[in-house]
Amino acid sequence: MNSTPVLQLKGIHKIFPSVHALKGVNFTLRAGEIHALLGENGAGKSTLIKVMTGVYQRDGGDILLDGQPIFPNNTGDAQALGVSTMYQEVNLLPNLTVAQNIYLGREPRRFGLINWGKVNRDAQALLKGYDLDIDVTLPLSSYSIAVQQLIAIARGVDMSAKVLILDEPTASLDADEVQSLFRIMRDLKARGIGIVFVTHFLDQVYAVCDRITVLRSAQLVGEFETATLSRTELIGHMLGKELAALGEHKPQTHSGGGDALLNAQGIGRNATLSPTDIQVCKGEVVGLAGLLGSGRTELCRLIFGVDKKHNGTVTFNGNTVNFNSPRDAISAGMGLCPEDRKHDGILGQLSIRENMILARQIKQGWWKFISRKEQEEIANHYVKELSIATSDIEKPIEQLSGGNQQKVILARWLAANPSLLILDEPTRGIDIGAHAEIIRLIRKLCDQGLALIVASSELEELVAFSSKIIVLRDRQKVAELEDDAINPQRIMQAIASN
Amino acid sequence: MLNRKFIPLAVTCCLFFLLFGVGSIQFEGFGTPRVFFNLLSDNAFLIIAAVGMTFVILSGGIDLSVGAVIALTGVVCSILISKYQWHPLIVFPVVLIGGTAFGAIMGAIIHYYKMQPFIVTLAGMFFARGLASVISEESIPIEHEFYNDVSAFGFEIFGDAWIGSSTIICLMVLVVAIIAAHYTRFGGRVYAIGGDANSAALMGIPLAATTIRIYAISSFLATLAGIVYSFYTFSGYSLAAVGVELDAIAAVVIGGTLLTGGYGYMFGTLMGVLIMGVVQTYISFDGTLSSWWTKIVIGGLLFCFIALQQVLVRVKPR
Repeated sequence: MNSTPVLQLKGIHKIFPSVHALKGVNFTLRAGEIHALLGENGAGKSTLIKVMTGVYQRDGGDILLDGQPIFPNNTGDAQALGVSTMYQEVNLLPNLTVAQNIYLGREPRRFGLINWGKVNRDAQALLKGYDLDIDVTLPLSSYSIAVQQLIAIARGVDMSAKVLILDEPTASLDADEVQSLFRIMRDLKARGIGIVFVTHFLDQVYAVCDRITVLRSAQLVGEFETATLSRTELIGHMLGKELAALGEHKPQTHSGGGDALLNAQGIGRNATLSPTDIQVCKGEVVGLAGLLGSGRTELCRLIFGVDKKHNGTVTFNGNTVNFNSPRDAISAGMGLCPEDRKHDGILGQLSIRENMILARQIKQGWWKFISRKEQEEIANHYVKELSIATSDIEKPIEQLSGGNQQKVILARWLAANPSLLILDEPTRGIDIGAHAEIIRLIRKLCDQGLALIVASSELEELVAFSSKIIVLRDRQKVAELEDDAINPQRIMQAIASN
Repeated sequence: MLNRKFIPLAVTCCLFFLLFGVGSIQFEGFGTPRVFFNLLSDNAFLIIAAVGMTFVILSGGIDLSVGAVIALTGVVCSILISKYQWHPLIVFPVVLIGGTAFGAIMGAIIHYYKMQPFIVTLAGMFFARGLASVISEESIPIEHEFYNDVSAFGFEIFGDAWIGSSTIICLMVLVVAIIAAHYTRFGGRVYAIGGDANSAALMGIPLAATTIRIYAISSFLATLAGIVYSFYTFSGYSLAAVGVELDAIAAVVIGGTLLTGGYGYMFGTLMGVLIMGVVQTYISFDGTLSSWWTKIVIGGLLFCFIALQQVLVRVKPR
């Protein structure tokens, strides 16, 4: 590895109408290194990559390629300059042949017409260099994702790449395929190509990367040498607390109170979650900790019946239950605020009132229509109760800020009088003020006797309100911490232990 | 083994020869070069329009303005030739340029305003049909020496089979289109956009230029089809060629092109039109069937082909 920077980003800002997605981020990629770009969801990784590849235009800062400032307007520009990207969901064309995919837009021509013989021969020869001996005249869709990714890399590198960006390339590969991908990455590194590697598998980071850049909350946390950074330190950087500065918040304990409201024994689902136990008592907050992809969200979905469990038993309120759909769970008295508010939570064009009464209406059944007057009472009550900032309960929910949208969703479930509420990343993408309010709200609800399961990647937040924390890693439960044992350090150790 | 992607095309070709064979056995004088070449000359304008439609459908779009553009072309040609005494050889380039610009504008609107091709070309259809009617509600005859010459031009092959000017034009268009679709970078871009416009953009395909060109080509060919159509009718009429865009779409789909884009062959479209033509010929040879049976058979064929495509798409290769 030499130390010449091939790609430098200095003080990059990106501002979207609703959010400041990058706040002065620096990033330096050297020629012939593999550089991991890490951060939890919403940290700004994908925005930074899109700025590098010309999908987004930066709102501030400089990008230098080989020391020269560049201004890519689209991916075509970036490619022409030597910055190629390979995405997780292989962005090639399944309907074209392998050879066409490799040479699309730059096919060799003879007398102005495409020379298909040469296209196919060249493609075959190029892929041989990646130990891939396949029929290049078949459609891309005939091959597995792993092969398609190699084809995408071959295309990218062949277009005179100086910089290759791999965005979550290993997410859909098995162990052998990952190893052959790593071999190729090392080959390319030896050829002097700078590789940016985005992943959430820490093992893989330690297996191939030379250096690590960590982002959190749209800001740069730091740039580290992989060899000198321990796992615990790395997780600390990603999840947001220096080990020393923790421990101010005292967890509010409610355990020892009631009986188990929810008792799930060994629930799991093939390929998404190994069998896991979880008990929740009345008036208790159970936190789910773990990195992105650790199985937090999967556990929430299993409990709520979004995905069907393949094994294990669940008792809820003393009855053995077997939910086939979220509707069953809602009728039984559960609620779920999903992780992706925009896609799974809000109905953007409906008003605050309409969004709020949904869960109660489902619980009552559609024949017992909630009268308009009652709907307005509910909406007004919760707007006041949760101090939702809006001029009018008839305003479409999409016009509210993220924090207020989250409160409306919370109100939706509270209006249905659940006994157990599951919150998946309730504070994602909302500003600091609203963040504190949501946490206050969670505490208040639990004082009122509601049981909560909260999944979050913010340890500090979990520690602040949980009476029990379940730590997940690689789709299984690795620890359960109670009362005094709850502190960020223990959680991080549990995540990092290997 | 036959490559999967050729299956719909192979089915189309087999079907054509099957229908032609059945007709030849059943009726005397059906299985002759003359009948075959009449299929080409009778449907030349439809083949030309369908070739344009093939580019559009390959890219995942649709063009509903084709029939109206054919009618508008006829009306404008007849007005300029009969009323203003322009020579047809001056009129043709003018309308072709106008038609191309019309398509380019539709393509630009589709791309830059991210509008559905369906709705943009529907608006284009109303506009063109309306403009034709405003110019003249009556049918305008075209009387010009040049038209008589063009109509008489041609030669006989295989005894009494006739290759006229419209057949020559349509075959030339077809050859150029096959080359453009399968042997140029532009053709590759069309397939790329039809496969997945998002990925195509990420691979550096210029979406704007390609989309605009696709619709410009479609309207250019619709205008050319309108000129060829006026060789048959010697007139321009604002209500001519109603529904031709739907015939063209049917021909493209029967020709094996996937309606959602990305898969298909230019040659298939020729076979699609010929199948529709041979059904029509069969019914006119029979003499007892109402000519509307053509539509019913075409409807049935369309249904079968869409079902076949679904099967091929659903059943994963290997």
